[in-house]
Amino acid sequence: MSDQKEATLGTPAVDFETERPTESGAFLSVRDLRVHFKTDDGVVKAVDGISFEVARGRILGIVGESGSGKSVTSQAILGLHKGSNAQVSGEIWFDGRELVAASEADMRKLRGSEMAMIFQDPLSSLHPFYKVGSQIAEAYLVHNHVSRREARRVSVEMLDRVGIPNPDSRYDDFPHQFSGGMRQRAMIAMALVCSPKLLIADEPTTALDVTVQAQILELMKGLAKEFNSAIILITHDLGVVAETCEDVVVMYGGQCVEKGPVDDLFYRPEMAYTWGLLGSMPRLDRTRQARLTPIPGTPPSLIQVPRGCVFNPRCRFTERVPGNRCVTEHPDLLVTAAGHEVRCHIPGPERRQIFTDEILPTL
Amino acid sequence: MIRFIIRRLLGAVVVVWIVSIVTFAIFQLAPRLSGQSPIYYYIAKQPPPPGSVQFKELEHAFGFDRPLFNQYWHWLSQIFHPHTIRNGAGTTAEAASCHVPCFGYSFKLHTEVSTLIWQALPVSIGLAVGASILWLVGGLIVGTISGLRPGSIFDRVGMVGTLAAVSVPIFFTGPILLLLVVYNWKWLPNVSYASITADPLQWLKSMILPWIALAFAFAALYARLTRANIIETMGEDYIRTARAKGLSRRKVVIKHGLRSALTPIVTIFGIDLGTLIGTTVITETVFDLKGLGWLSINAIRQQDLPVIMGVTILAAVALVLANVIVDALYAVIDPRVRLS
Repeated sequence: MSDQKEATLGTPAVDFETERPTESGAFLSVRDLRVHFKTDDGVVKAVDGISFEVARGRILGIVGESGSGKSVTSQAILGLHKGSNAQVSGEIWFDGRELVAASEADMRKLRGSEMAMIFQDPLSSLHPFYKVGSQIAEAYLVHNHVSRREARRVSVEMLDRVGIPNPDSRYDDFPHQFSGGMRQRAMIAMALVCSPKLLIADEPTTALDVTVQAQILELMKGLAKEFNSAIILITHDLGVVAETCEDVVVMYGGQCVEKGPVDDLFYRPEMAYTWGLLGSMPRLDRTRQARLTPIPGTPPSLIQVPRGCVFNPRCRFTERVPGNRCVTEHPDLLVTAAGHEVRCHIPGPERRQIFTDEILPTL
Repeated sequence: MIRFIIRRLLGAVVVVWIVSIVTFAIFQLAPRLSGQSPIYYYIAKQPPPPGSVQFKELEHAFGFDRPLFNQYWHWLSQIFHPHTIRNGAGTTAEAASCHVPCFGYSFKLHTEVSTLIWQALPVSIGLAVGASILWLVGGLIVGTISGLRPGSIFDRVGMVGTLAAVSVPIFFTGPILLLLVVYNWKWLPNVSYASITADPLQWLKSMILPWIALAFAFAALYARLTRANIIETMGEDYIRTARAKGLSRRKVVIKHGLRSALTPIVTIFGIDLGTLIGTTVITETVFDLKGLGWLSINAIRQQDLPVIMGVTILAAVALVLANVIVDALYAVIDPRVRLS
């Protein structure tokens, strides 16, 4: 087992044989996932029926505002809600296994070894009392029966791979002795040390300055390609999505409101919320730009989710739908083009018309 | 690391020095503000009439006729110089030699203060250390189990119980324990204190109840503190990271959770333990132990100033020392402390 791991770590071999087809054929398939938290104020529907798929070697972006359910979704895939007050339902098929019903013991074997996660704030995500290197070695030792010396060797190698200078001496540093960018590199090293097949990066670059952001994204992309991993990149930064991802899921109020290939989402978006996101994105490729257009209103309460379309209280186009359906009827996520799905009552041709006539000129 | 400890030790010396000034000011100078000579509190008998030759001789012997600043140095230097102390002139006077460290002589108890302290200190230390082990073990276990499962039956019962325990004073739990364990159930004999070197078994028998009584309230406090810290720590991002690595629950809790959660408790524990040296008056009174608390309360009752001053300074030194040890321990536990 450890020999095999080393082989994948040492050479950029592509390990297609271990990839077993799931029912739908995708490597990771999330179906109608719901994560509800029971609180004193009521049930918080943090994630309410989300579905997506990711293949190995592909990068999926999940975009949305704070509180739209992005992080909760990713933590549900790792089974981190087990043992909390969360109620998780739906299906998560990972490499032929169903994870929602899996036991904590089974999930533990997958966590870190086959699926790993990079968290948002590397300073608070690393334990302040333990050496950076030993925290990476710990992740390796959980899943590999090797000596501490061997774990150290692998960890130092990993630190080197993520671009930390003098990895052998930096191994013995504590997290507070690292800079922000180096901490995130260490987190990536920790996540990749067992060559996981699925990497979930939860806003990996939000705490970093822009120059470091680009390096970290490149690093993740490169390593994922090398290990042929599937990546889920969670972010609220559309620029990051455009640069990195191949497919995008737009989340709003715990639901998927639009998803599709990255080009469709950026050049042919059909959902009012996606338009809003694009309008509020600063762009450098324009010589002159008017003020950014914010999306009016605030994200919905996840306890009292708006009736009808979850976005209707903030949507400018509700009056274009006859019969007040936006407020009374919850729209389905419907296919509008190959691989492109939209949750909106406005008919497809009319949506596209609105985008080209009213939205595109303002972007 | 060594520089860190040396810095802390130097700081501790400064603190003890300041304490000595304050102690001196309170007990030597304060009586004068009410127009009294402190002589009375030192000789344990009616002093000669003020202004008389004998009175002036006494004042001179104790150094009270010197200027204030000089008086303080005189008092401080006497600690390190063996000398003879008299409580008067002539044949009726009592004379006593005082050995280093000389904190004075109690003419009430006819013993050197350092001897009195030396006799009482083992009792107090034995009481404090034994009780602290009990409350630490009890408090940490209850607090950890509660904190890992907040809202569970154990947690609810435990927290109500600890609230009750915190609310009940030692002068209530102490006599109740004595009544039940010794007199009603006769589980323990009614033994008097013996030093641990003289008779370890009797020492143990005499100390068990005081330990329990003293540990009771502290254990409850530590259980609540531990619980709060555990709950906070288990919500930290690095705990989520540890779980995401695939670590077992036991490893997540013990290696990643407890180590952070218990660090602040080290601080409080050290200070509590240091404070207890010389302040366990009630426990010592209830269980008839002749420790520092008993010594000081008796000295206060009899206006035996040299003893009060001696115990005060010792208690201060114990607390400062406990703080230094805590600081050193903290640096070992938390790497972030070492650099700053």
